[in-house]
Amino acid sequence: MAIWRSVPFIAAALVLAPVGVIMSAFFAPASDVWQHLLETTLLQLLINTFWLALGVVSGTALLGISLAWLTAVYDFTGRRFFSWALLLPMAMPAYVTAFVALGLFDFTGPVQTLLRAWLDSDLSWFPDIRGRAGVIVVMTLAFYPYVYLLARNAFLSQGKRSLEVAQSLGFNRKQGFFKVVLPMARPWIAGGVMLVLMETLADFGTVAVFNYNTFTTAIYKAWFSMFSLPAASQLASLLILIIFVVIVLEQQFRLRMRYAESKRTECAQRIRLTGWSNWLVAGFVLSVLFLAFLLPVLQLCQWAMRSFTQDYDVARYLEFLWHSLSLSGLAALLICLVVIAMVYAARRYPGAATRYAIRIATIGYALPGTVLAIGVYVPLVWLDGRLSEWMMNWLQIETGQLIQGTLMIMLIAYLIRFMAVSHYPIDGAMQRITPNIDEAAMSFGLHGWAMIRKVHIPILKPGIFTAATLVFVDVMKEMPITLMTRPFGWDTLAVRIYEMTSEGQWEQAALPAVTLVLAGLIPIFLFMRQTEK
Amino acid sequence: MSTGLLQLNHVVQAYGEQVVIRNLSLQLQKGRIGCLLGPSGCGKTTALRCIAGFERVAAGEIVLNGACVSSADSFVPPEQRRIGMVFQDYALFPHLDVAANIGFGLHRLTRVERERRIEELLHVVHLAGVAKKYPHELSGGQQQRVALARALAPGPDLLLLDEPFSNLDVSLRERLSTEVREIIKQQGTTAILVTHDQAEAFAIADEIGVMNHGEIQQWDTAFNLYHRPANRFVANFIGQGVFLPGKVINAQQVEIELGVLNGVVPQHCEAGCSVDVLLRPDDIVHDDSSAMQATVVHKAFRGAEILYTLCLAGGARVLALAPSHHDHAIGGKIGIRLEADHIVAFQQVEG
Repeated sequence: MAIWRSVPFIAAALVLAPVGVIMSAFFAPASDVWQHLLETTLLQLLINTFWLALGVVSGTALLGISLAWLTAVYDFTGRRFFSWALLLPMAMPAYVTAFVALGLFDFTGPVQTLLRAWLDSDLSWFPDIRGRAGVIVVMTLAFYPYVYLLARNAFLSQGKRSLEVAQSLGFNRKQGFFKVVLPMARPWIAGGVMLVLMETLADFGTVAVFNYNTFTTAIYKAWFSMFSLPAASQLASLLILIIFVVIVLEQQFRLRMRYAESKRTECAQRIRLTGWSNWLVAGFVLSVLFLAFLLPVLQLCQWAMRSFTQDYDVARYLEFLWHSLSLSGLAALLICLVVIAMVYAARRYPGAATRYAIRIATIGYALPGTVLAIGVYVPLVWLDGRLSEWMMNWLQIETGQLIQGTLMIMLIAYLIRFMAVSHYPIDGAMQRITPNIDEAAMSFGLHGWAMIRKVHIPILKPGIFTAATLVFVDVMKEMPITLMTRPFGWDTLAVRIYEMTSEGQWEQAALPAVTLVLAGLIPIFLFMRQTEK
Repeated sequence: MSTGLLQLNHVVQAYGEQVVIRNLSLQLQKGRIGCLLGPSGCGKTTALRCIAGFERVAAGEIVLNGACVSSADSFVPPEQRRIGMVFQDYALFPHLDVAANIGFGLHRLTRVERERRIEELLHVVHLAGVAKKYPHELSGGQQQRVALARALAPGPDLLLLDEPFSNLDVSLRERLSTEVREIIKQQGTTAILVTHDQAEAFAIADEIGVMNHGEIQQWDTAFNLYHRPANRFVANFIGQGVFLPGKVINAQQVEIELGVLNGVVPQHCEAGCSVDVLLRPDDIVHDDSSAMQATVVHKAFRGAEILYTLCLAGGARVLALAPSHHDHAIGGKIGIRLEADHIVAFQQVEG
């Protein structure tokens, strides 16, 4: 059926359309607001973005690689626990880590207050957490798991072995690490770093909490403070150009990773650390885990408890929760259905065109939410106007706005951004249904719907379940798209966190944040159960 | 007394409680190729890794070139042992081409020397045409030879090969194992190989140690392992054969159902003592004119010959090889004759 066949192409068009809309703004005549931005803030935005990207990339690389190497090759106290616990910060949205860090370490926060009391000093030496370094540290703690996960994979599959090869060829362990292990793991490390870079460029919540101006916050302000959608689009077009470079680099590394892939050899004996080196390593790993996860969670719990005692508005919390859950559920359903259709289309009509269409469709994850919000909003509002005009002129019906004020804009933006997230597990499950399986099913007399029901669905079910969970949690944590395109009054947990933290109301943001962290733990446990098998 | 290039004296190795190597001793002279042969889990790979220096020993010592490199309280790191190693999965560097892989261990040479050595090795392993290719572009056999060349390049005193052919097709294994032997001999390297495949061991090694439960059961030539196994494990592990009960007549003779065997009976066995006698398929010869008859229970066609499983009148089963044109049906009777020129017998275990 032609409809099946066209799904990947429609999906690819959906991803390309907002990019096209935004890029056309690049060539649009400059507005006054744009002129103003150009003269006042643009240079600062570029400088801020550059230092932020550089800082977070170096920080996550350093932290991710060292943690991965320690847990992959050495054995030390608590190593088993740490090797999975180091993934826990993935459950923390970066903006949550950010506001907890501010609440803890700011001038009025408990840490400085306590130190002032103890030391009886004005703490003028205390570093200002609100500065550039503060954002970089927070994002490093939030994003290092990407590098850690990929580097660890590389080290586990080839680290110890390549070290042995190097030693058998006359290099000592240190030379071996730098001459063999690191170069061999380079594609994985670079892949992880590219993901970090994308997250950093796309981030809105963290920089907003810190009041650190980057493109994403500038886009938001241009739209919601200066009420200039054209200026916002022009800023977005610049950000897309940067993202584009990152995407090309990332695809390159992924290609190389495929060539370098080796079978996972049985894990050779780990190098046992003893004495002070053991405690030094365990202490280092524990302190990363403490700062990135344990401390923020403890602080959140304390705030949440305290907010209850100040008669917390439970009804409103439940309303935010309901909005978040229903929205995430709807998005997960929509996205999984589209991706299943896409994957079936690729299976029924394989070919280069379909393959390219899917590659484009799954590149939407690289588009920052702020950019996507504009890219989807602008054309849909235009369409809405044409639609109601047409209804008026031809059917004499006063419809008003048909698209605006509904969840549609949000859902389409989510679809574009999170198709990739669900494509990976569903496609993986589909790969397991080889043509031979179909033929085996047919040899038992199963055809068409019966085959899908009895053979395909059972095989696909775990993949679909994983995909739906991932999308569900990602949408729950998503901030900029929801913030910028939600219908009036449709506030979610993430929106609530944004509003409360922009007023410095940490305690009011705590319960929604705890809820998001709990949801964020689900995919991590899913992932761990899968890798343990 | 010459101590040889490599010597292991009562080596013990354990992972925590689990003892992998119990008491391993061996000696290898310069220029010889040795082999550790045994079923999986017998500790042979661990032994090799101890020699390489990737594992430490709990007791005993490893002496390389007259110097102790491993003992309970001394340890020379692998990079200072002048060894070369071919890994089971080859562990080639995927980010380097063939020439760079081979030249990797030549970091102490000048550029010109290095290139000459790479050139030389590419020639030795017949890979001159693929110097600029990357490992993933090579066949399994080619990858194997790159791994060998890389290990040989720095001119190690001792070459270690860990199951080097296990990832290859059976047809390729035989050809490559002969080739690898020639290359090692040509380079004059001493080598030690680990494998579970006896055909491979026979094809490459000058001397073979059969291992089981972390101990060497017998260190000997292939011929002796087959024809003069030191114990039941070696007799069972090497080649095919069955045990038949027998009675010792005197110090040179044992009687079994098929007749009397001449040779040397095991020590501590006096006349009348019960023994188990090993009969190889080639110890029983098919002879239509023989009065002794046996029933064909099973047959396996092997091309040039047929391996028959025969049931003797007393119910015992033996194996016999017959030329392929002696085709007998299952259930039929054929004449056989004992033709063994020595005795391999072990005293029956009481109870």
